[in-house]
Amino acid sequence: MSLPRIWAIAKKEFIHIYRDSRSLALVILMPAILMLLFGYAVTLDVKKVPMAVLDQDGTQESLSFVHRFSGSPYFHLKIFVQNEKEITQLIDEGKVKMGLVLPWNFSRMIKAGKKVPVQVLLDGTDSNTANIILSYVQAVARQYNQEKTFLKVERMGREKLNAPVEGRTRVWFNEDLESKNYFVPGLVAVIISIIGVLLTGQVIVREWERGTMELLISTPVKKGELMIGKLFPYFFLGLLDLTLAVFMGKWVFQVPLRGSITLLFCLSSIYIFVALALGLTISTVARTQILANQMAMIIGFLPTFLLSGFTFVIANMPLWLQIITYGIAPRYYVTILKEIFLKGADLSFLWTETLILVGMMIAGVWIATKSFKKELR
Amino acid sequence: MVGCQMFKRVRHLFVKELIQVLRDKRMRVVLIFPPIFQLIVFGYAANLDVKNIPTAVRDLDQTVESRDVIDRFRSSKYFKVVAYPQTPKEIEKLIRKGDVILSIEIPSGFSKKVKKGDTGTLQILVDGTESNTAMIALGYMGQILSDYSTAVVLKRLNQAGIVDFEEAGVDLQNRIWFNANLESRFFYVPGVIASIAFLIPIILTAQAIVREREIGTLEQIMVTPIRSWELMLGKTLPFALIGLFDVIMIALIGVFWFEIPFRGNPLILLLGNILFLLSSVGIGLFISTISSTQQQAQISTFFFMNPAFILSGFAFPLENMPQWLQYITYINPLRYFIIVIRGVFLKGIGLEILWPEITALAILGGIAILFSSLRFQKRMK
Repeated sequence: MSLPRIWAIAKKEFIHIYRDSRSLALVILMPAILMLLFGYAVTLDVKKVPMAVLDQDGTQESLSFVHRFSGSPYFHLKIFVQNEKEITQLIDEGKVKMGLVLPWNFSRMIKAGKKVPVQVLLDGTDSNTANIILSYVQAVARQYNQEKTFLKVERMGREKLNAPVEGRTRVWFNEDLESKNYFVPGLVAVIISIIGVLLTGQVIVREWERGTMELLISTPVKKGELMIGKLFPYFFLGLLDLTLAVFMGKWVFQVPLRGSITLLFCLSSIYIFVALALGLTISTVARTQILANQMAMIIGFLPTFLLSGFTFVIANMPLWLQIITYGIAPRYYVTILKEIFLKGADLSFLWTETLILVGMMIAGVWIATKSFKKELR
Repeated sequence: MVGCQMFKRVRHLFVKELIQVLRDKRMRVVLIFPPIFQLIVFGYAANLDVKNIPTAVRDLDQTVESRDVIDRFRSSKYFKVVAYPQTPKEIEKLIRKGDVILSIEIPSGFSKKVKKGDTGTLQILVDGTESNTAMIALGYMGQILSDYSTAVVLKRLNQAGIVDFEEAGVDLQNRIWFNANLESRFFYVPGVIASIAFLIPIILTAQAIVREREIGTLEQIMVTPIRSWELMLGKTLPFALIGLFDVIMIALIGVFWFEIPFRGNPLILLLGNILFLLSSVGIGLFISTISSTQQQAQISTFFFMNPAFILSGFAFPLENMPQWLQYITYINPLRYFIIVIRGVFLKGIGLEILWPEITALAILGGIAILFSSLRFQKRMK
């Protein structure tokens, strides 16, 4: 193994990347854009739900009930309507997501200590948001009912009631339940897969298509040196983007990084190798650059984006799909990322995932080497 | 006659493109894989429903009352009690490992407090890593605790001889429109239709043009009597048509396999689709003008698609994004088409409500085609 030769190959690869403005954009711009989007834009949080109210009672009692919604940051009382048709219209138009209908005898029933039917009309198109809105409404109702019930009991001449049970809740790891803390750690895996698989997928195929591979083979460069030399720049870029992503995540988006940065980088390096191995294999198997790109997208990028636990929680997927995700390397890496960032986990918690990733790395490198050797006859 | 000639030329090109696409293995992959993959992912994986939340329970009271509380969690379909830790450290380990998301600790003396009429306080720990799940879990938990409270109060009153006690307050009657069981796939699968109508024409159009440019046959075509706008038509129409065909196919799969309701007027969907295809094809055309190789076209497409999808309301609701970002989404044609699709499938609304979106699609489509075709013509010179 000659170091100067490896470095020569690596340098040539660096120049290729540098000269190709689109690849460069992929390395620098794409991660930045994704970070911005998932750090600032994408959110599953539900706040300021636009709602309409049909208050057929119009008394102090009914208004005070409505105020429990309008005074809450979770709801945004947009309009008081005169009839149910208006609510229908507003929901159809998408101007409000829910409607509240209070009957004409609201105040009377409440004062009499009876239960009043209140209609909640909900736009179910976005099922997740609707679910969350529903839980908000139910929480408001629960609180209201408890107060009214206890009041009723007190008025019956009994002593003041206390709520029999309450929960004192502590939220760990993501105290404000912000979805960016959920997304940003997993995003690192996506960014690495862009570099590791998408870019690397071009490495060999490009030379074949341009006809420069024969030239390379005629030089004293050995296959091992070629492989290492070609992959080195992408490993370096992977680490670079990793650093950028971690830095932005922690300082720009204030995502907590509670674990050891060293561990993060070590385990990330393992994953970068896995990604590179995949990219290299694709590069030797594909006949054309376009095909390599497509394969990289299908095998590398999309599963990382959609099936790794980055966007959709694996535990909520149907069983057969969960089983499939066990074969996807990013799944384990996303777990590692989330645990190190949010839970401050150390190796003792992560040894299973680490072991599997190391196994995949060894297998990946072996496959890549075999298919690479086959190519360079 | 001139008109006839023109029509013939376009038609020849049209047929040639169609044959090439269907014959090319790569193109076939583009046609088949994305729709199937997206349908699988968004029909099955994309599931934000929360059930069987792994829960740990630590009962330091061991009384009838405490066991009653635990039973309520056990018998709820939302929770699955998987662990009975003995020490706080065990609880911590379970949460850190991700084995449980929620932990409930019932302190000793709980039942005494409840019987006395005081408040028994449960210590709840929830893993906030998956914020969505955590929030929903807390909601369900609140419901269970509230039901328990009510039961206790009722029992106490019964014991004091007061029967027929009615709880006071509001009785929520939920009517959930468009998606009564709140199924995730009702939200996602119609979006897949829009996404495919976006993706496929862009990729095919860009590839088809750039490939010819790369190979050099584009120049050869320019030598023929064909005009550049006829060339453009011939190269975009087939892919618009394929896009249309794909939409119909996926819509059928959506309705018959995924059982997504279709409550509106198919003609509106068609209209929206055609206008939307103007944008897709226009963007594909544009990408072809900024790419010299298919490789570049692919990367440019990737670059463009990602933000376009993320900012379209396809997977992530737009309402809660920061305002400045929402303004950007106004120029995203995908955003409008998704509203139209969801409106036609789930809401069953018509033009009287969807006209703003249809208009936006028309305007954006017109601009896209105009701008791209001008660039294309310029580049052809």
